[in-house]
Amino acid sequence: MPRTQVQTRLNGADIDFLCEPRQSLLEVLRDELGLTGTKEGCNNGNCGACTVIMNGRIANACCVLAVEAEGAEVTTIEGVARGDQLHPLQQTFLEEAALQCGICTPGFILAAKALLDKEPNPDEHRIRYWLAGNLCRCTGYDKIVKAVQKASAEMQEAKV
Amino acid sequence: MTTIDRTGYKVIGTRPVRPDGVEKVTGKAQYGADIRLPGLIHGRILRSPHAHARILSIDTSEAETIPGVMGVLTAKELPAADDAIQDLGEGAVNLRELSDNVLALEKVLYRGHAVAAVAATSPHIAEEALKKIRVEYEPLPAVLDVRDAMRDDAPLLKEDRYTKSMGAEKTDRPSNIASHNQFHAGDLEKAFAEADAVVEREFTTKMVHQGYIEPQTSTASWNADGTITIWTSTQGAFVVRAQVAEVLRRPVSSIRVIPMEIGGGFGGKIPIYLDPIAALLSKKSGRPVKITMSRTEVFEATGPTSGTYIKMKMAAKDGVITAAEATMAYEAGAYPGSAVGAGSMTMLAPYNIENFKIDAYDVVVNKPKTSAYRAPGAPAAAFACESVIDELAKKVNADPLEFRLKSSSREGTRMVNGIAFPRIGHEECVEAALNHPHYRAPIEGPNRGRGVASGYWFNGGMQSSVVAAVNPDGTVNLIEGSTDIGGTRASLAMQLAETLGIPYEDIRPSVVDTDSIGHNDVTGGSRTTFASGMAAYESGMDIRRQMAARAAKLWNCTEDEVVYENGTLRCTKDSTKELTFKELAAQQPRTGGPIAGKASLVARGAGGAFATHIVDVEVDVDTGKVTVLRYTAVQDVGTAIHPAYVEGQMQGGVVQGIGWALNEEYYYLEDGRLANSSFLDYRMPTSLDVPNIDTVIVEVPNPGHPYGVRGVGEVPIVPPLAAMANAIAEATGHRFTDLPISPRRIVETLHGLEE
Repeated sequence: MPRTQVQTRLNGADIDFLCEPRQSLLEVLRDELGLTGTKEGCNNGNCGACTVIMNGRIANACCVLAVEAEGAEVTTIEGVARGDQLHPLQQTFLEEAALQCGICTPGFILAAKALLDKEPNPDEHRIRYWLAGNLCRCTGYDKIVKAVQKASAEMQEAKV
Repeated sequence: MTTIDRTGYKVIGTRPVRPDGVEKVTGKAQYGADIRLPGLIHGRILRSPHAHARILSIDTSEAETIPGVMGVLTAKELPAADDAIQDLGEGAVNLRELSDNVLALEKVLYRGHAVAAVAATSPHIAEEALKKIRVEYEPLPAVLDVRDAMRDDAPLLKEDRYTKSMGAEKTDRPSNIASHNQFHAGDLEKAFAEADAVVEREFTTKMVHQGYIEPQTSTASWNADGTITIWTSTQGAFVVRAQVAEVLRRPVSSIRVIPMEIGGGFGGKIPIYLDPIAALLSKKSGRPVKITMSRTEVFEATGPTSGTYIKMKMAAKDGVITAAEATMAYEAGAYPGSAVGAGSMTMLAPYNIENFKIDAYDVVVNKPKTSAYRAPGAPAAAFACESVIDELAKKVNADPLEFRLKSSSREGTRMVNGIAFPRIGHEECVEAALNHPHYRAPIEGPNRGRGVASGYWFNGGMQSSVVAAVNPDGTVNLIEGSTDIGGTRASLAMQLAETLGIPYEDIRPSVVDTDSIGHNDVTGGSRTTFASGMAAYESGMDIRRQMAARAAKLWNCTEDEVVYENGTLRCTKDSTKELTFKELAAQQPRTGGPIAGKASLVARGAGGAFATHIVDVEVDVDTGKVTVLRYTAVQDVGTAIHPAYVEGQMQGGVVQGIGWALNEEYYYLEDGRLANSSFLDYRMPTSLDVPNIDTVIVEVPNPGHPYGVRGVGEVPIVPPLAAMANAIAEATGHRFTDLPISPRRIVETLHGLEE
């Protein structure tokens, strides 16, 4: 099948890649670009394990065709930390034991990041509502919600 | 076994960051499907559209000619497996049936049963090639429900299967009932006749899935020297090795299994599905082959837990439970081996009941072969038992927790199998629940109700191996073979640090492959922190002995004159002689070479776990929606090594249980197709569906473990089904006996719309 060239901004760097029109962004991220931090849980948009931030909004990479990334700005889990400086969400997920098996964690961190980027101080209900597109089967969500609340508080404090 | 004083712990009971944490929050951790190899190609599997059919022929010739296709496989190329039973740690398996489940030979027994496989240079080509494989089936009548399957005129999954009754020889007529077992004691008839109150109910539950987020995946490379390397996501690399060896009829020594990070399992990632297929496709193609299941395949063709039917009758006299009679039938799926045995043995465990009879039936149906799922068999059993106990308490005007406490098991109480409990903590759990502010808070408002329930799980021991090598800088490499499914690198490292008296951060845990450590049984049965933790402790004690010998040598004293305390060695004869662990570690080359502790053991003394849960719900009687207002889980964990991960296990188990109670079910159409094989239609709880889950950790140390560990992972899923049903009964005035108590069921029941 003929391959199409796509130019995009991925984790802060301008890149281009070749893909088949039928390939999803998830498949290209994982299989062509080697960014396996974005996980496949269902491949039909129901579990959120492949959550990325695309043009400031969360997207299930399995439901985006790779060619749709043309001209877009995409952030994956690999682009959340700055060098060895973890994002506050990554730090609070560790401190609050907000992961058990960890397969859903990249998706949760990106979804939570997109929330805090536009709403720095969400209440518990808002967090639970926002994260309802991401399934976690290990934690029962309790510690994930608390980790997001803690990161929100710490990021607010850092700004003051 | 000597138990170290509970009060003096420095590391145990703290909440450090897990060693594998940073890799997991930055996306660097390599899970099963993340493996990349030179020359890697992709496998896909053709599955049966029928629930029950004879395979007449399979024509793969056209598929083989598609450019990019590098190998096609059917069951004919699998070697004939032994008709023998192998223990997998959480359930046993017949090897011939295991092989037949990997690829069906003569008959397909459920929708989704694998019949052929293709390897190709891209997954898309492999998928296209599957469409070119022609399979001729002779469809057969299917049986999907456990009670239907038990009827004399039911279609048989296997013509020559006879019921094994009480372990004895076969019955004379072929049947779908693979086995029948019974536990019996006392005088039931008398107890029921003399009772103050008797309650009898029938209960059903549907098949449900573990719902791990990472689908099964396996990558295999068949090397030219006949060795096979497998990268997979599993709860037990050694158990994968053993199963693959049997299915492929290769020596275990020719197979190396590399456990990748595992994205959830809950018991479902113990059996093998893909590994032998990937290996044989690799042999055919000369390339490493990766196969990853789609979510639909995970639902249709891995191992959910049984749908069940339970008839339950219990009696009380003078406020005490006096009798219990149960008939339990569990769906095993396509091959025998449901969790009915564990269900029958855990059902009455929280209570001391003199008169009981339990009949347990293991029944095959045309649905996927069931696998372990968190406390396998126990939640459905507790759903029946704890629902009936709730009604009994009401009939005798007793508080439901006081009623449970009065009949509670304690040290010395015999389980139904006759074994007496050692020190256990059920009474402590019920008392903690009784005294909890949640239970004392009033529950007010229309359509609201509170429910409670208890549950039990055995917890496992089994085999573990650990090697602990001392580095020159005083850190220790902790080499383990138990895959880390939710924080066991941390819980093992903490126990080793405690034993050595050194900081947690100085322990560097690695989970290694089957060539690199002695045998380890599965991460399952709530055994890893208990059993592999015991091995970590023993390896630490081994290091302490070796270090004492080194110090004795340096100080010209006997080993008996060396004291090891808080990571420091001292000479009792000469107070000027003192070395820290770090100092002595640096002197290894000059005192006799590298020091490594090791332990390979069968962990005896597993301590059973009890839990008591309280839940408040509100039911919208018009829509049938159930809102969980408040949930408190109390559990005896023995000793909480890392309390945050203990809480996490409790919270996770509770939420799985809430899903099971309210929404989750395998919804089969009459023709045997699964109608809801996606996460959209198989409705697991989201963050918006549940509140924070309060946890109360009760610590009744297990005398069978040096730090008192019991194991925590499984029992939290046992009480929620019944606790939810009891709360809904309070809220609506209606006793629901069939799961899930879905919005549809609630509306139909409360508004009299049932068929």
